[in-house]
Amino acid sequence: MVDNNKVEVIIVGAGPAGASAAITLARAGKKVLVVDRANNTGEKNMFGGCIYAKQTAEIFPKFWESAPIERSITEHKIFMLTDYDSTEFNYRYSSKGSYKAFTVLRSKWDKWCIEQAQKEGAYYAPKTLVKELLIENGKIVGIQTPYEKFYSDIVIIADGVNSLLAKQIGLRKNYNDSNVTLSVKEVYKLPKQRLEDKFNIDPETGIAAKILGGPLKNMFAMGFMYTNKDSISIGIGISLDELKKNKIKPYELLDDLKEHPSIAPYLKDAEFVEYSAHLIPEGSIDNIPKVYDNRVMIIGDAAGFVNNIHFEGTNLAMLSGKLAAETAIYALEKGDFSASTLSLYYKKLQESIIVKDLKTHKNTIPFLKKNIKTITSLYPELACEFFEILSMADEKPKRAKYRKFVSKILKSGCITKSVPLGLFALEKCLKK
Amino acid sequence: MNINEKLASLKYNKDNESHLSVDNDICMRCKNRCCTYICPANVYEWNEEKCTMTIRYENCLECGACKIACEKNNILWKYPNVEYGVKFKNG
Repeated sequence: MVDNNKVEVIIVGAGPAGASAAITLARAGKKVLVVDRANNTGEKNMFGGCIYAKQTAEIFPKFWESAPIERSITEHKIFMLTDYDSTEFNYRYSSKGSYKAFTVLRSKWDKWCIEQAQKEGAYYAPKTLVKELLIENGKIVGIQTPYEKFYSDIVIIADGVNSLLAKQIGLRKNYNDSNVTLSVKEVYKLPKQRLEDKFNIDPETGIAAKILGGPLKNMFAMGFMYTNKDSISIGIGISLDELKKNKIKPYELLDDLKEHPSIAPYLKDAEFVEYSAHLIPEGSIDNIPKVYDNRVMIIGDAAGFVNNIHFEGTNLAMLSGKLAAETAIYALEKGDFSASTLSLYYKKLQESIIVKDLKTHKNTIPFLKKNIKTITSLYPELACEFFEILSMADEKPKRAKYRKFVSKILKSGCITKSVPLGLFALEKCLKK
Repeated sequence: MNINEKLASLKYNKDNESHLSVDNDICMRCKNRCCTYICPANVYEWNEEKCTMTIRYENCLECGACKIACEKNNILWKYPNVEYGVKFKNG
């Protein structure tokens, strides 16, 4: 398959980033080998989650016609929970003509992506655990597996959030517990028709939901829920330092969320089929390592390309894979694999939404952390109280209720403090 | 649903050798032992009598949280050997 164990580019990791880099290189006629530690592609991978149509289609045109997608997202929902109540916001849109996002299951999706790369000529070696990057005379020349060596001109590191390889060559530091989020998720099976009735959705369409407050109040944590074809994915993401500080078990927190009166009905009669967990990099521009060096580039989660504010990850992974591949094609044609040539990759990242959006949100996560009580506790409470006043007919005069409500807002300082703070943060975002 | 029921939903291929290890002397001096509660697979349990960390590595979800959370930087963490470890059907 691979002559003398030598190709032009080796990609470590067959997730969305690795597959996108591979297909881009293969289309340009380059000899590329993707290796992955899993037996069956995708079986080690996990996310929320959904993929974004537009950016995915740039790599896999019209993928929805043949890829194993679950549902087209036509509704975004935000639950604001108090201890027992909730206020919910829905944004629904017609999916006709243009798709925005699709739910997928990683075991099927990742497999399909790598098969497309193989069809274009990429070599793929599953069951291949890379022990380390192969360094000869101070140069990265390939990879070392437990059994053999593979050589290449360029190595693209796509080994995910824990990226042991980026650490090996000193490009990445260890994350600390305040800049990673731990996600735990459960999948529940439900007959298609029942699921569509519960979520008020048409066949083929689905929802993506974010959940604030309730059992997650006062913590840098968020719940999520996605509809698949005949299953529901529900989970939480919580900053590792919050877990430590509060001494909570992540799966018990998820159990509490599932029992909330506004969430429990969705899972009623559904059959629990799978539990999973994964880390998410916080996605701050300050945590992005140097993503290239002589003969090497880092893409996807391994480089920390996640936009947690907009729940973007796989799209950034795919885009970074494409940009690194384009850089590799340029370098191969030039016959120069030095850091200065590969710095083109970083220039491309800077011109793309990856670096631009991470810069825009430079201050957002610190802002959210600072105001987490207001966002996850006070706002859901105020929203629910407002609707309580609106909907409750009893013997109490309305004026007294309004007074109480307004005085709570004023006392909380959420207008005098949070609103100006919010505007200030937004302005900082817009400035650059 | 307790954690064992959750983990029972997963397919694992168990290696005879652990891919995780700690230095028990360091764990003994650790006040928090946060690995015993932050781990999403409940892999770590402190044995007060023997003063050792029980590591149920066969339940590991390979997320990497323990290694980052450990205040003593005392968890030797690597991926399981090929063909071993967890397999997600959905992910």
